[in-house]
Amino acid sequence: MKRYVIIFILVIASTFLIHAWLMSIGLFPIEASAQSVAVDQLFHVHLWLISFLFSLIMVTLVYSLIFFHRRKGETGDGAYLTGNSTLEITWTAIPLMAVLVLAYAGARTLGAIQVIDPTAVQVKVTAGQWYWQYAYPDYGVTSTDLYLPVNLQIDLQMTSVDVIHSFWVPEFRVKQDIVPGRTVELRVTPSLIGEYKVRCSELCGLRHAYMEGLVEVVSQANFEKWIAQQQSAAPPSPELRGQQLASSYGCVNCHSTDGSAKTGPTWLRLYNSSVKLSDGTTVTADDNYLKTSIINPNSQVVSGFSSNVMPDFSTVLDQTMVESLVAYIKTLK
Amino acid sequence: MRKLYSIGLIRGLLWQILGTAIGIGILTGIRILLHLPAWKAESAFVLGALLGALFFVYGIGAVDDWIKVAGGKEVHEPDESSWGSMRYFGVSLDHKVVGIQYLVLSLVLMVVGGSFAMTFRTELANTGMQFLTLMEYNTLMSLHGMVMIIGILVGVGAFMNYLIPMMIGARDMAFPRLNAFSFWLAVPASIILLSSMALGGFDTGWTGYPPLSARAPIGIQMFFLGVSLAGMGTILSSLNIITTALRMRARGMTGFRLPIFVWGALATSLISLTATQLIGLSFQMVMFQRLFGMGFFDPAKGGNPILFQHLFWFYSHPAVYVFVLPGLGIISELLPVFARKPLYGYKWVALSSFGIALIGFLVWGHHMFASGMAQYLRVPFMYSTLLVAVPTGVKFFSWLGTLWRGKIVFPVPMLFVLAGIIVFLLGGLTGPPNATVATDLHLTDTYFIVGHFHDTMFGGYVFPFFAAIYYWFPKMTGRRMNETLGKIHFWLMAPAFIVLSSMMMRTGLLGMRRRIADYDPTLNITNDHRVMTVAGFLVALGILVFIINAFWSRRNGEIATGNIWNSRSPEWQVPSPMPVHNYDKPFEVVGEPYDYGLPGSVYVKFMEEE
Repeated sequence: MKRYVIIFILVIASTFLIHAWLMSIGLFPIEASAQSVAVDQLFHVHLWLISFLFSLIMVTLVYSLIFFHRRKGETGDGAYLTGNSTLEITWTAIPLMAVLVLAYAGARTLGAIQVIDPTAVQVKVTAGQWYWQYAYPDYGVTSTDLYLPVNLQIDLQMTSVDVIHSFWVPEFRVKQDIVPGRTVELRVTPSLIGEYKVRCSELCGLRHAYMEGLVEVVSQANFEKWIAQQQSAAPPSPELRGQQLASSYGCVNCHSTDGSAKTGPTWLRLYNSSVKLSDGTTVTADDNYLKTSIINPNSQVVSGFSSNVMPDFSTVLDQTMVESLVAYIKTLK
Repeated sequence: MRKLYSIGLIRGLLWQILGTAIGIGILTGIRILLHLPAWKAESAFVLGALLGALFFVYGIGAVDDWIKVAGGKEVHEPDESSWGSMRYFGVSLDHKVVGIQYLVLSLVLMVVGGSFAMTFRTELANTGMQFLTLMEYNTLMSLHGMVMIIGILVGVGAFMNYLIPMMIGARDMAFPRLNAFSFWLAVPASIILLSSMALGGFDTGWTGYPPLSARAPIGIQMFFLGVSLAGMGTILSSLNIITTALRMRARGMTGFRLPIFVWGALATSLISLTATQLIGLSFQMVMFQRLFGMGFFDPAKGGNPILFQHLFWFYSHPAVYVFVLPGLGIISELLPVFARKPLYGYKWVALSSFGIALIGFLVWGHHMFASGMAQYLRVPFMYSTLLVAVPTGVKFFSWLGTLWRGKIVFPVPMLFVLAGIIVFLLGGLTGPPNATVATDLHLTDTYFIVGHFHDTMFGGYVFPFFAAIYYWFPKMTGRRMNETLGKIHFWLMAPAFIVLSSMMMRTGLLGMRRRIADYDPTLNITNDHRVMTVAGFLVALGILVFIINAFWSRRNGEIATGNIWNSRSPEWQVPSPMPVHNYDKPFEVVGEPYDYGLPGSVYVKFMEEE
């Protein structure tokens, strides 16, 4: 009996010690969204559970190793104990109840972070290799950084142009994969003004590690100000707009502008040059060729390059955007 | 030259090269006949690799007997006792030779996969790219995953093949030729898998999700094909194990008198037999999408990328139980020997393996909480996932019950058993936060998962695997592995690994994503990465000590032909190493397998010649 009392006391002490240690080493990024608060509450339930179960098993294990090892010169076997059905049923039933309670708590938290606010600010997110693009349909504004007003629910409507990406801001705690060919939704309510980063967390190819973008949570007044600035900004020249598009849609990740070799053909001195295609024909890279190559890349694959590598931009870029890109390519002489 | 050709492995490799060349030739020939451009690299290499694998198993002679039977000829069982160590380099029908062949292949694969890990672990010691390109990093990281998985599958095969016939008193496996065939399929499969590095690599991770895998370099096809072939070997091997364990037991060996490892092996084999098809299917569908334009997972053609994830995880989740159930079986098998006490709650431990296996089939969706699958599905998958904790808990509590009031001894195998329990405990306790959906939305696809997963693999497989090698090495060779080197191996590896995986989890919580070649310096985790790199090298150093120990002890180890662990198990009641057909006299089971501490009782009694 004395043994069980000692173990009981040690388990309780160890549980509190381990929990205190876990809380002191800084395990979580700051909480910057309403969802993160709910998620962290559930995390804290887990931390208590982990501290307790770890202590229970480790204390008993270490106690056994210390007090029940074979002394020098001993040869006999241990006590002949083959099992105890009551005990086995107990340590099946109690964990069963515990996991049911935990699952219920988990479902409650899931419900809490999925609450939908019908007045949420809508942001359309487009992910591609390897860039983030945002559009604010209520305001007619687009951006390559994500500006969010604090304390308003944001309704992220997300799609991908090529492979699966994933939207994750660690400080917001929630994550959603972005699947090509469909629109997925993520709700988040930023609660702390500051600068964060969205980090693509589904492996999306070569430059996956660098698919990070700025997320700026600002006061509601500053958000309005930013929107107004964007709306009133003079539209850039087609060449400049093309240059911006080439970087924000990731074109330049595969097409160099200085003649160096990348995944796709270089854009330097491309305009009006003659291009050999993989079917053996040669064409002139005029406006028409460039436009077709952007919206239907597999129709004319340049010799030495593979088809099905470049994503289909026909649903992403409108006509003026395509024309801006062509205007930019023309400047690369 | 002729002598070289008589070595099975060399012959197989030559035939594989020939088959690959013929495959490439056939495809190119057909294209010329159809007036298409002659060279199409992807199709040519796929057909070449496939034929190469078939030629390998033919060339080495793994199908000779079946061809003879099909032709109406008689088949004789070869007398292998005179072949010496050459038995290990060709087709052998002895389950112990096949088991050791599996073991060596497993170690080779895991050293290769481990050195990939050390390479990119070194790269991660600092932010920015040091000495690898992004593509090299992605390829090494992706291959590390799959090479280790195949290595583990092969290692599981090693112990199941080596131990089960001995433990149940059989002369050999139920289907010795199928057994050899399954093993020799794994060799060309491993070569094809590794050849992906030469064909442009691939950047998809071991999961190979489309559309990314549909756009990756040709290396991905070798990855898909290698895994499919290895998977086929696993299916055949599990069929063999189940048949053997059900049909070939010694007299008196009823279900609840089976050695506990056999229960784990049976549960594992049931999963392998029924779920491996799904990963093969999902990979082959991407192969066909690439080769023939079938848009299974291409949204532009009406395909569904998420369907792949369902098919993939329907195998790949139960697969982790394929890896750990034999390992947990080894823990349960060795713990009574070193605690000198009966296995506590034998029936509960035995049935908990089946409980884990069955629940394991219903939880695959927990890998997809953030994937965009139907949202309501997340709740039932959360419940089923948390249920796994119940049978797993039964195992832990029963192990504690086994140690309680024992007379515990601590030779090297026991140290690895204890480390296995502790590391698996860490892996188990960090599981529930991934199961409750809301917390998993933070954790999924981060280094937390990487740490949790490595804990379960090391605790459930790697540490028990080493325990098993130290424990059964005398049975294989008649010599014992050096205890001092074994302890050095243990103390280098166990603490360093726990530091490594715990820090993986911490950095993951703080924002370190998995599968990234470079990380953001503003996350302030550079020092953590340096510590992890050092810890990784300590683990590798420990394993190097192990390899040296194994080579040295094979020739110079202390001679150990008797029952050195004082075990009740039948294989230790006869001298080591085992003769070709195991037991000279059949045995009968007359007691419980783990009745240590019950005076005068034995598990098996050898029958006198009639």
